[in-house]
Amino acid sequence: MRPTPQRSAWLVGYGLLSPALALMAVMLVAPLLAMVVLSFWTQQGFEIDRSFTLANYFALVEPSSEPIVWMGIPIPLKYPVPAILLGKSILMSLAVTIAVIAMAYPMAYFLAFRVQRNKALWLVLLTIPFWTSYLLRVFAWKIVLGFNGAINSGLKSIGVIAEPLSFLLYNPLAVIITLVHAWIAFTVLPIYVSLEKIDRSLLEAATDLGDSKWRRFLRVTLPLSAPGTIGAALLVFIPTVGDYVTPTLVGGPGGTMIGNLIQELFLRQNNAPLGAAVAIVMMLVIGLLVLIFLWLIGFHKLRSRVG
Amino acid sequence: MKRPLLFYAILFMVFLYGPILLAPLFSFNDSIFATFPLKGFTFRHYAGLATNTGLLQALEASLIVATASSIIATAISVPAAIALTRHKLPGSAAIIAGMSAPLVIPSIIFGVALLIILLRFLGVELSLWTIGASHVFICIPFAMTVLMSRLEGFDKSLEEASRDLGEGAWMTFLRVTLPLAMSGIISSLLLCFITSFDEFVLAFFLSGTQPTLPVYLFGQLRFPNKLPGMLALGSSILFASALLVILAELLRRRGVPSNSAGET
Repeated sequence: MRPTPQRSAWLVGYGLLSPALALMAVMLVAPLLAMVVLSFWTQQGFEIDRSFTLANYFALVEPSSEPIVWMGIPIPLKYPVPAILLGKSILMSLAVTIAVIAMAYPMAYFLAFRVQRNKALWLVLLTIPFWTSYLLRVFAWKIVLGFNGAINSGLKSIGVIAEPLSFLLYNPLAVIITLVHAWIAFTVLPIYVSLEKIDRSLLEAATDLGDSKWRRFLRVTLPLSAPGTIGAALLVFIPTVGDYVTPTLVGGPGGTMIGNLIQELFLRQNNAPLGAAVAIVMMLVIGLLVLIFLWLIGFHKLRSRVG
Repeated sequence: MKRPLLFYAILFMVFLYGPILLAPLFSFNDSIFATFPLKGFTFRHYAGLATNTGLLQALEASLIVATASSIIATAISVPAAIALTRHKLPGSAAIIAGMSAPLVIPSIIFGVALLIILLRFLGVELSLWTIGASHVFICIPFAMTVLMSRLEGFDKSLEEASRDLGEGAWMTFLRVTLPLAMSGIISSLLLCFITSFDEFVLAFFLSGTQPTLPVYLFGQLRFPNKLPGMLALGSSILFASALLVILAELLRRRGVPSNSAGET
């Protein structure tokens, strides 16, 4: 049987893709599988016990008769740290995502509908911070918020305060502000693209049919830009839950997140199997939350309307 | 409506750039603290960098890793981008989604998963090689985005014409596709270089005895007396990255036809 022309075209196509697919398999699939396997083993001192067990997962949900109270919520777990940190990280990321979208959307709207000249300049200016070192952008906030930082020394030198404000740095709010700043440039562009794609004649039609500017925005612009905006929101929410750099540099003891625990379990406490289990549970919980969210808002309907 | 949005956009830019520009500001300040009021202008924090051997070694490591991983990532992405833009393949949407995984999955997950397979399963020692391999992987989505938009941006009939005139697939690639895609390839190289050069989390988890520049910088941030030097170093990195981004953007914009306003 001779290959059909279409089939041989597919073969060429997959042949061209093969280095990239091989890289994905080696760098993504294999390490994740290794992590799953490790999470079913246990750490015994310096040795790894390779018999299959769910002990690491059980440790994360093992009930205890004496609940530990965190922020007024009793948590009846023997080892409550992972559950608390995961919940806290999700809440913090949620706050970051909402703030980022609320701040980036008007900026993207401005770019798409108001900027006539120098649009490329605006876009490049928005792109540069995204590409510059994440570590340095986070560290910049340590300089801004620190005990001897820019805000404190600035306010002191103009005589507004006598003593430095100590509540600025090393808390969850500092982590949230820093994460908002670090991710905001990343979100303007996808929202801008989805606004830019909107057919302007739809907007004219809405006006001709008697919609006010505000109603037109709510009934035409906002729904049509929703898929791009939601995509941007997920691109912020998912990676920030596991962020490690920001809580380490500006979080202090109160601002730690789940990423810090994973790092701690791997590098300091030498319990890689438990760390692997925490990492997997974190990914599953994030994935589940995202699916529930997309289902709740009826993402497929939204997307099909944009076409 | 016009004025309030413009005002907002300016505030937005101040928020975006304000904190970043503090590092260069304090790096020229003649004091070991990053505090107001400014003391005086000096280059001494920069002069100190040139004699710091630990820093120079880390810089060299970063340059090697970034150069190698940007070339390899781009070399892998060029054929993949051609396949996805020129051949209608079943499953291409899933493949594109899989390739954007590094953008979405938290890098700590990759760092930890790679650490497990390298140390516990394969027994590979951590080195610049392990960092480089992980950087190739995270560069792929950026390289693919740039290259695919460039390949979609020029007239496909040029390639068809070359084939009709008797050139084979390979010569068509060399004489038509490659020259036309060159601006995209260079901007992919530049963006991958920056991505690798600035990457911290994977390098932190996967570095052996030789740190890259961000890992070195992170280690030094714990020492308050090293602050001015690190501000100078950070400012230099910021400046170099910004320069490369502007170059990459200029190249990319020149390659994209001006009527496709939706391109970014």
